[in-house]
Order: sequence, then C-alpha cells, then structure tokens
Amino acid sequence: MKNGVIVDLQHIFFSYGDVPVLEDVSIKLKQNDFLSIIGPNGGGKTTILKIILGLIEPDKGSVFVFGNSPKAARKFIGYLPQLFTFDYDFPVSIMDVVLMGRLGKRGLGRSYTKEDYQICLEALGEVGMEYLKDTQIGDLSGGQRQRVFIARALATNPKLLLLDEPVASVDTRWQQTFYELLQELNKEIAIIMVTHDISVVSTYIDKIACLNRRLYYHGSKKEGMHKISEMYEYPVQLITHDTPHSSSGERTND
Amino acid sequence: MIEILQYEFMRNALLAAILVSIACGIVGTFVVVKKIVFISGGITHAAFGGIGLGYFLGINPILTAIPFSLLSAIGIGVISKRTKISEDSAIGILWAVGMAIGILFIGLTPGYAPDLFSYLFGSILTVPFSDIIIMIVLDIIIIVTVLFLYKEFQALSFDEEFSEITGVPTRALYLLLLCLVALSIIVLIRVVGVILVIALFTIPTTIARQFTNKLKKLIIYSILSATILTVAGLWFSYFFDLPSGAVIVLVLAFAFFVSALIKRLRTKTDAFS
Repeated sequence: MKNGVIVDLQHIFFSYGDVPVLEDVSIKLKQNDFLSIIGPNGGGKTTILKIILGLIEPDKGSVFVFGNSPKAARKFIGYLPQLFTFDYDFPVSIMDVVLMGRLGKRGLGRSYTKEDYQICLEALGEVGMEYLKDTQIGDLSGGQRQRVFIARALATNPKLLLLDEPVASVDTRWQQTFYELLQELNKEIAIIMVTHDISVVSTYIDKIACLNRRLYYHGSKKEGMHKISEMYEYPVQLITHDTPHSSSGERTND
Repeated sequence: MIEILQYEFMRNALLAAILVSIACGIVGTFVVVKKIVFISGGITHAAFGGIGLGYFLGINPILTAIPFSLLSAIGIGVISKRTKISEDSAIGILWAVGMAIGILFIGLTPGYAPDLFSYLFGSILTVPFSDIIIMIVLDIIIIVTVLFLYKEFQALSFDEEFSEITGVPTRALYLLLLCLVALSIIVLIRVVGVILVIALFTIPTTIARQFTNKLKKLIIYSILSATILTVAGLWFSYFFDLPSGAVIVLVLAFAFFVSALIKRLRTKTDAFS
C-alpha cells in the first residue's frame, strides 16, 4: 500500500461478450475516503465493485486492493450486494443471515462462537434491527432487509465497505440515520458507495467518480458536480447541502 | 399388519423406506432451497449409464452407478461454471447421454436384463440386504458431511456470491453438494427408480416447507414426512399388489395436495380470527 492507497484500479477494460462495460477506468481510493460512484443504470458501477472483490477479472488493466490481489484482500471487505437477486422465500432467520458475515472467520466445519453472535448482535444494533433477530427474512419489508444486509456487511469487521445501492428501498428518515452511521464508520474504514440516484450524493460524501462505461470524472465532489450533467447528457438538478468542504481531490482520469 | 414383518423382504423394504427418507430428507431440502431440482434430475438419469455398465460387466448395477452419478455430478458442476455452455443445456446433454450409454450397455449384454424395470421405476419389495448395506453406508456419509458443513451449505444455498467473498471455497462446496445429491440418488434408485427419484427429492420438503420456515426443522420434517409416506406407499403397494415406486410417488403427491389444502384453510381461518 503506497501512500495509503487501498484500492488501485489502473486502466481497467471489461466487456460481457462483445458488449464493452468498462473502458480505461482508473480509480484510486485512500484510507478514510468516502467515494461515491455515480452513473446511470448499466454504466458499469456494479461491475467495478465485482472487480474489486475479485468476483470477475478485468480483460485488461491492473487491480490492487490493500496492495494485494483482490482475492487475497477479500477478507477485509464488507459487501452489500443489490438485493433484488435474493430468494426471500428461503428459510433463514435474520440472525442466520448476519452470521454469514462471520462465515470466513471460522474454519470449515467449525461452529460460530459466542463472539460471533456478539458481533452480529452489535451489527444488528447499529442498524436498529436487533429486536427482529429471530424473524424470517421473508417477513421483512424491503427497507428492513436492506438494513439486515448492511448489518451482515458490518459483521465482517471490514476495513473497506462496498455498498451497492444501499438506500434503494429504505425510507428517507432512516437514510439520514444511515448516512450518520456511515460517517461514523468512515473514521475507521474506507467506503465506496455505488448509486444511480444522484440526490444521495449528500453532505457526507467527499469524493465522487462519475462512471458511464468510461470515467467522466474522479475527484472531489465540489469540482465534479457539473461533470455529472455532462455524463447524463441532460441537465441534472443536484441536491447539495452547502457545507464547508476542504477536500482537494486528485484527478486521475478525465 | 405387524405379521407381514416376519417376511425378510418386508423387513428389508421397511429398512429401505427409512434409509431412503433420511437421504431424501436431508439432501432434498438443499435441492429444493438451492433450486437444483433439474440438475438432480440430470444426475439421476446420467446414473442410468452406470446401471447399464453393471449389467454389462455382470456386477451389482448399484455399485457401478455410484462412480457414474458422482462423475456426472462433477461434470455438470464443472461444465456449467467453467465453460460458456449454460447449465441448463449441460444438464440436458448429460441427462440424455447417460440414458443412452445405459441402454447401449444393456443392448450389448447378452440375454435378458433381469430387474431392469425395477431400476427404472423402483421396487421396494425386492431390495436385497446387500443393497441395504450400501444404502446405510451412503446415508452415514450424507449425515456426517451435512452435520460437519451445515453452516457452509446454508450460506452457499442462500447467497453463493457472498460466501465466496468471505473466503469459503464455494466452488468445491457446490461440487460436494452435487456429489451428495449423486450419492442419495443411489440410495433412492432401488426404491423409486431413476424416473421417479425427483419426486422424493422435492415432495417431502415441499410438504415440510408449509409447516416451518427454519432450515434445520425443514430437514427433520422432510425426513419424517418422507418416512411416513414411503411406508404408507409400501403398505398400499403390498396389499393391493401395485407397482411400489408409482404408488409411493402418488401417495407423496396426494399428501402434498392435502397439506397445501390444510395450509390454505389454516391461513384463511387465521385471517378471520
């Protein structure tokens, strides 16, 4: 890890068959960064996260996570996937879902320990869901499920948190609480949040990357706002909260 | 009713029913929640190639079916994850190729193939004690593996991608799960036959699913419902002299229908109360 750079993507190209998804994308993330990757649906945002996780390999380009290969660095990453892919009829309780965050910490065939349960209860507490720990996943609302999966990501005790559309189905009141939680976590860990909803680029985020197959902008939020309109190819009204912000983001690609 | 147990074939049949229920209750639960019913069907039919090989070599077809179904389980798992062929197509290919190999071997075997029908459609009343021993061994392997790797199989079934990220060897575990499916197919073939195996994988768990939403209970309820229903099927087929495999499947289907009805009535009365 040079100069506290924990995620270093250099000139990434990726395509699904003949369809190019990412072209020459370079992103750097430093310790304690809070980066939001924004861009339209199908712009390659989720693909970037999967490359960082080593779930897919880029066609070209290099990936370093914590100075290592993504597969070796996985255990330091907490991941919140998009939630429409799950079968919510699956017979599993909230606690069981969150315990999956501890799966890799125990050897194959070992039971979860008391410590695991404790960590999972705390993670559920952080998202205000511990009172539902014995409920079935299928009995929850969309927003509650999202909170459970956030708790699962936290239960891995990550050094880097990857969130794919984390506020897609939670109510606005909880969004506020959620961002405050992320801000608190951000003191210790780096966060990458992917979203197509630019209104969530709120006060709490200091850096943005605008991605639509190629990277339109990567740097501090302040300077990048006008770039978003360019990328979406129509005027975009941004909800920004005017707060003093002294982040001096670097441009790695323009 | 008890007096029929004085016959050895009946005692074997009863033992077979219990052993089958353990295998299909445990493995069937994962087959249902992981939605690999069609894969299991493919492995079952591919195993028929091994049965044909047994006839050809003149050894117990159940023994030759074991490597055949294990190889086809690994084959389907590897082909679908490593190549561009879709899992769906890979299953279809192995399904038919396995059957074709089996038929070819049986054709090459001189003379008439005895009990061929029982491997296709099952015959719980003619299970020899030697096959019971094989079933016991396979059941023990299944029980021990699932006890040891329960939390991994649960996570794999619910969210394979996340399990992979946490550092669990999901690909190997998935292949292992398919191998357990392959082994339980061997346990089941004698009782319901290649063509009807899929009923024992799916129906007991689907019945149990209506009464619990906990995975552990689902396994136990599946074993219980499978035991009760296969023994009932066995009894019917004995007393009315009907083909046992088909009767067991129809008893299972009838029980599923009744359980769905009960569940519906219960939710309706809950809604009104």
